[in-house]
Amino acid sequence: MATVFKKPHALKDLPLHYCPGCTHGIIHRIIAEVIDELEIEGTTIGVSPVGCAYNNYEYFNCDFVQAAHGRAPAVATGIKRVHPDNYVFTYQGDGDLAAIGTAEIVHAATRGENITTVFVNNAIYGMTSGQMAPTTLLNQVTTTSPYGRKPEIHGYPVKVCEMLSTLEGAVYVERTSVHDVKNINKTKAAIKKAFQVQKAKKGFSIVEVLSTCPTNWGINPVDSLKWLEQNMMPFYPLGNFKGKDLEVL
Amino acid sequence: MSEKLLMKGNEVIAEAALRAGCKHYFGYPITPQTEVAHYMAKKMPEINGTFVQAESEVAAINMVYGAAAAGARVLTSSSSPGISLKQEGISYIAGAELPCVIVNIVRCGPGLGGILPAQCDYFQAVKGGGHGDYKMVVLAPSSVQELYELTVESFNIADRYRICTMIMGDGMLGQMMEAVEFKAKEEIYHDDKKWATTGTKMQRESNDVTSIYINPEVLEKHNLKLQAKYRQIEQNEVRVETYNCENADIIVTAYGTVARIIKNVIKSAEKEGIKVGLIRPVTLWPFPTAAFEKYAETPKAFLSVELSAGQMVEDVRLAVNGKCPVYFYGRMGGMVPSQKEILNKIKEILK
Amino acid sequence: MKQLELIIAGFGGQGILSAGRLLAYAGMLEGKYVSWLPSYGPEMRGGTANCSVVISDEPVGSPILDTANVLVVMNGPSLEKFEKVVEPDGLIISDSSLVEAKPKRTDIDFSGVPATQIASDMGNLTYANIIILGKLLAKTGIVSRESFETALKKVLPAKKHHMIPEEMKALNLGHDY
Repeated sequence: MATVFKKPHALKDLPLHYCPGCTHGIIHRIIAEVIDELEIEGTTIGVSPVGCAYNNYEYFNCDFVQAAHGRAPAVATGIKRVHPDNYVFTYQGDGDLAAIGTAEIVHAATRGENITTVFVNNAIYGMTSGQMAPTTLLNQVTTTSPYGRKPEIHGYPVKVCEMLSTLEGAVYVERTSVHDVKNINKTKAAIKKAFQVQKAKKGFSIVEVLSTCPTNWGINPVDSLKWLEQNMMPFYPLGNFKGKDLEVL
Repeated sequence: MSEKLLMKGNEVIAEAALRAGCKHYFGYPITPQTEVAHYMAKKMPEINGTFVQAESEVAAINMVYGAAAAGARVLTSSSSPGISLKQEGISYIAGAELPCVIVNIVRCGPGLGGILPAQCDYFQAVKGGGHGDYKMVVLAPSSVQELYELTVESFNIADRYRICTMIMGDGMLGQMMEAVEFKAKEEIYHDDKKWATTGTKMQRESNDVTSIYINPEVLEKHNLKLQAKYRQIEQNEVRVETYNCENADIIVTAYGTVARIIKNVIKSAEKEGIKVGLIRPVTLWPFPTAAFEKYAETPKAFLSVELSAGQMVEDVRLAVNGKCPVYFYGRMGGMVPSQKEILNKIKEILK
Repeated sequence: MKQLELIIAGFGGQGILSAGRLLAYAGMLEGKYVSWLPSYGPEMRGGTANCSVVISDEPVGSPILDTANVLVVMNGPSLEKFEKVVEPDGLIISDSSLVEAKPKRTDIDFSGVPATQIASDMGNLTYANIIILGKLLAKTGIVSRESFETALKKVLPAKKHHMIPEEMKALNLGHDY
């Protein structure tokens, strides 16, 4: 009998700890499929963040280093400088990457550090139970913006891809989403391209993935996907910001 | 031994690290240790090594964390305010049991303070400046030759125990030139670092480097393992110089820069018929408690002389354990006590 | 002299630090214990420079000098600043081309050498520091001129070795002044 669906080799056969309807699991699977297809499991070293995915190293079969909050790009820099021929990627959420770790991500990109970042943006802090993130939308209610995010009090959401694409060292910058199958496939293509950019030693690559957090948004999983589409996508437009035509191996 | 060279302390630290097989340096400029970075920036490209000027000390220590996790010998250097910024990373390094070397060319604080010699970061270094029950091995050289020897050794200790070691000096040691003789070949402790994240090459299970243990039973077990390692280090790695202590009227205890001054004081005191002994801790942690126990009932008093408001003196009191009075004399803010004022203090105590 | 405890002070650019370093190197080559400590940090930014050099038959205690037995000054403010740290019976040498004042102290030995003028006559102002070291060697005998020449070879990069005969000429002019 022909196998039509199986667990990617790069993922361990373990139940994930994420909440029902959370899209981290989809993104993990995408990364694992890319690792399988590029046959780089034995040469890939991931860096885990602080946030809901703090222990995602437990789910992958490749080597992993767990980093302090926001520091994954610096940790990845250290690893990559020791093993320049290995694939090194960071997996970071919006609080990790765009608040406490802003300096580290900006400067890893500035240096053109030859690593890949998968940036999971769900517009909220999940792990610590629903606080306002740097990417929280205007008027979005969170536990630390209970009356909605107001620009005069909380300032504006940060657009990471737009910001990083101004830097010369960031050579591949793309924003995708995982709210439907078509976009899941586009996300996979983008992450694959990002790893290929790294293989070609072109510089820093990042894929921002719009993602859901049903638990902390207080919306059921199906409606969360719609909420993402209706609220996040208008503010965070999908598409390639840089490096679309970059030649890779 | 090769021929003697006249070199700056900071440059000797960098050269020693290279000789110890360190090919990765991450740092951020701060006076008075910046020559370490200058030297590395120049030398690393010649040996196909890494020099990264990081965006901050926070980033630098996390690069160290990454490089150490990847199995490399790695160095960062900074000075007091920068070391404060590194505490986050140091705690993670301790938790993840990664070997690395950190140089702290201490300046006077608090805050931005000043850049002249001080020993005001003793507590931060030996009591755990970051969060969590952890220890670093802290080495306090007092000459340029010792900066060389202890820097090489610090890499061996780090690898042997999977621990962070700190070389703690001050601006005087970092900036001064003295003769140094390098060995033709260093004694390097080799560890295969089977735990390192080097890529599985599809030949082994994945290696994960982490400091997070959400399960309390697992974390306590991990903590007990760390503590057992620290006890082992206390057994094996104490380094101390004792000088002139037999039948001493008073034993002065001092480390680093101050210990040099005490050696002059010993000579001048001798001329006045006072026998002054010296216990110089070379490892500040593990603290050389046994040396103090040995001589606890010899002198009329102990005197701890420090460039601080009195930090190491607390460990001296614990080690002497009430068997002898313990006095303190210190200067702060970059002021270094003269021989004369220390001798006056000794005479005042013995009066 | 058994032990030299020297402070050299002047403006940045006069070769204050390198003069001290050369002397320390020469001392080391003679098998003596030496230390060299510069002023560092913001102090360096104000245009003044000084360093402390110890050359001794015994291990050097503190390289920070509370008092010095020899003071070399190459500008006026340095004489004012450091005159008081010279030990009784100590020695002060000044570049008398640049330092008009004489020490107020009467319990010390004083030599003025117009080092900058002599260097100017040689056609190279940068020799002033070497000329004044020549005087220091003559007065103290702390290291030999041969050791100093070897130190020059060790310290100067190979591409500057052709300057050594001129440097030694400068040293001798100061020595014999």
